[in-house]
Amino acid sequence: MPAEPAAAPLDSSQLRLEFPAAPTAVRIVLDRFLATLPVADLQPNLRANAEIVLAEVLNNIVEHAYAGGDGSIELTIRADATGLHCLVCDHGNAMPGGLAPYGDLPDSLGEDLPEGGFGWHLIRSLAQDICYQRDMGVNRLSFWLPAEQSGNMS
Amino acid sequence: MDIQCRKTGDLLVARVHESRIDAASAIQFKDRMREILQDPAPRIVLDLSQVGFLDSSGLGAVVAVRKLAGPGRSLELAGLTATVDKVFRLTRMDQVFTILPAAPSGAVDHAG
Repeated sequence: MPAEPAAAPLDSSQLRLEFPAAPTAVRIVLDRFLATLPVADLQPNLRANAEIVLAEVLNNIVEHAYAGGDGSIELTIRADATGLHCLVCDHGNAMPGGLAPYGDLPDSLGEDLPEGGFGWHLIRSLAQDICYQRDMGVNRLSFWLPAEQSGNMS
Repeated sequence: MDIQCRKTGDLLVARVHESRIDAASAIQFKDRMREILQDPAPRIVLDLSQVGFLDSSGLGAVVAVRKLAGPGRSLELAGLTATVDKVFRLTRMDQVFTILPAAPSGAVDHAG
């Protein structure tokens, strides 16, 4: 498996990447490829949301689906006027119960502050149409990161 | 993990000179801050103005550092960039930490 993520731009509005499931590879993808098409021309807010959500989704795969072991991640991002449409696939463990977590915030009252459990809350706060499927040993997670529509307050 | 410290009286300002605190660097961040917290300063300000991105692992590490500081000391945050600020707000950790617009001057003016 290549140490560096391999980029295969399908057309100007779509990017497909395959990379090893490791924190350093995730960092390279976020740092380098979010700065290239199709993401480069995005509104700063959408780019920030994409970086936050993709970091959580990809690091969850590293830490939980592959549990620190070897594996690969396939990321496809398609950009259009409505935002970014993302599909992330891996061959690791299925999500617990076959469901994407609800993302309830951990209890942060009192002195016993949580040090984890924020990831799915961030994903659900920023992404829409989240769909998780387990099919033939493959985890497929798709979601949509909406662009800000001018004149639309929602 | 490059974190530079400046001390002025009871105040210790720790400035993170890294662009990211993420899953790949959260442990190094925590280890370096553990060293820095050996200093008994009662007030610690963590200057995050150079940090453009922080994920949930980085957020967990900042929470852990607050616990490492112990109950008798304050750990405040300063200079949150846009994406870092958003992560704190979405997780409501902005209500747990004291967040300053910028690190107190004087302690960082002579940094470098």
